[in-house]
Amino acid sequence: MSNENKGALGFTKDTPMERFLNGLIIENPTLVLMIGMCPTLAVTTSAINGLTMGLATTFVLALSNAVISLLRKVIPDTVRIPAFIVVIASFVTLVQLVMQAYVPTMYEALGVYIPLIVVNCIIFGRAEAYASKHDVLPSFFDGIGMGLGFTCAITVIGLFRELIGGGTMFNVQILGEGSVVPGPAGYFFSLYQPVRIFIQQAGAFIVLAVLIAIMNQVKFNLEKKGKDTSKFGVGGCCSDLEIKDPHKVKEELLKKEAEEKAKAEEVKEEAKETVAAAAGSGEEENK
Amino acid sequence: MSDMMKVSSNPHVRSGVTTSNIMMWVVISLLPAAGFGVYNFGIDALIILIISVMTTVLTEFCYEKLMNKKITVGDFSAVVTGLLLGMNLPSTAPWWLPVIGGIFAILVVKMLFGGLGQNFMNPALAGRCFLLISFPALMTNFVTDTYTSPTPLTALKNGGEVVVIDMITGKIPGTIGETSMIAIVIGACILIMLGIIDLKIPGTYIVSFVIFIILFGGHGINGTYISAQLAGGGLMLGAFFMATDYVTCPITTKGKYIYGAFLGILTGIFRVFGASAEGVSYAIIIGNLIVPLIEKYTLPRAFGIKPAQGKEEKKA
Repeated sequence: MSNENKGALGFTKDTPMERFLNGLIIENPTLVLMIGMCPTLAVTTSAINGLTMGLATTFVLALSNAVISLLRKVIPDTVRIPAFIVVIASFVTLVQLVMQAYVPTMYEALGVYIPLIVVNCIIFGRAEAYASKHDVLPSFFDGIGMGLGFTCAITVIGLFRELIGGGTMFNVQILGEGSVVPGPAGYFFSLYQPVRIFIQQAGAFIVLAVLIAIMNQVKFNLEKKGKDTSKFGVGGCCSDLEIKDPHKVKEELLKKEAEEKAKAEEVKEEAKETVAAAAGSGEEENK
Repeated sequence: MSDMMKVSSNPHVRSGVTTSNIMMWVVISLLPAAGFGVYNFGIDALIILIISVMTTVLTEFCYEKLMNKKITVGDFSAVVTGLLLGMNLPSTAPWWLPVIGGIFAILVVKMLFGGLGQNFMNPALAGRCFLLISFPALMTNFVTDTYTSPTPLTALKNGGEVVVIDMITGKIPGTIGETSMIAIVIGACILIMLGIIDLKIPGTYIVSFVIFIILFGGHGINGTYISAQLAGGGLMLGAFFMATDYVTCPITTKGKYIYGAFLGILTGIFRVFGASAEGVSYAIIIGNLIVPLIEKYTLPRAFGIKPAQGKEEKKA
């Protein structure tokens, strides 16, 4: 197996398992690619909100990826965006109606963000970047992986925001007054005062930033140990940071310079040749 | 001989003005207001101030120790942050409130952005606003043994009567450091005489605020109303000590006037049209955020350089 065929974590490229892990960890849409920020910041006031939103998105993402992949040879390139929207919107309507019927409280809590899944950039991004170019099975698992990566990230964000900002975990009071934890620990827990800023918008940014920082630190630690992490994405403003051996960097720079010089000389020679050729042809015409 | 051959980089003439020098003078000039707060609210206020200062200094020290950075606690800037944060809390605050506020102010707002000189907003005010959003009830509880009435600004907003002379001397409920206009102005005079701050920002701030409340306050030119608005709340403390923070205010002269006017108008909007009676801290941190923009557009033209020309002319 050549290295080029290797994808995430050493699995063969474009197999279901590789796609699944890629979406879940390596290219996690929220923590690494940093797309789909609107629902990430808006609906993560509690863990259950995050989980529901994530699962709804996963459903739409997996099925729309599969359908778009099936239709990829039928859809003309010029009208692909409207075509994607029609496919995605059908699945979103499906989710919306099911949620309205079976979990009306969640439907109320998530409000406008459910119909807004239609324009979620994770779904568009995967349709455009992956599903419209690959087979059905990997596309489907790409959707599942990306969706679950998104679900995990926003559930964790929701969990922390809910716990710090309200003292609850999946609506069970852990910290603060009325804590369900028994014994002396429960007494100390009940002294906790919820930090309300965390269930407001500013808190979402703080929690997200901390999670991304942890994710990046994990990568840097792996790199320090000498593991190959070139396929491991890094999100946020640190994404252009690379830990490199300075000597190697210098060598690479010198190599590049030398290559460029060689290229420039080649271009010059070519130019001379063409000039000579043009002159030759001109002479012929004159004759 | 070897001394004479020593080569050093510029500046060759040193003025003796250092960060720790300036910060120490800021601390000294804050002391009248802080002292009056302790006199006014008793030992509780002193404890809050001490906890707040200790938290900010310790946080900065621990962060720099853990991150193997140069220890910069000696420059007194953390003391200023801690003191300002403590002066912005009510004396009834529980002990952990200045601890959380101090850690947030130093760790998140100052150190994570690169330490002194890199913070994008005033750490003390960011800490206060963090606490104000998180614990609104604790942060606006001004009822002590001495005072049971609402703060003069709240009374004014609800159409009550206020005694202006008390507001100027400071015998009113409020946060620890904001009540006495006289003590704050004494401290500000020290800083102005030393040349550490100038009147550009506070002056434009206060003037534009007065113009705003004359126009929109609903009382017209009413001496009592205007002076109560000036003496009440954190306006004086904010204008002289927090809006003039070197790191988070514009460095251009024109920019300082724009910044001051912006703060005055924002404070007016928050006080007149907002739900709460006070708006100085939010006005200043929002002002901090537009400082880079102000500086970009008020950059003075270098001597001898033509003003920027249109693209077409450049091409020609």
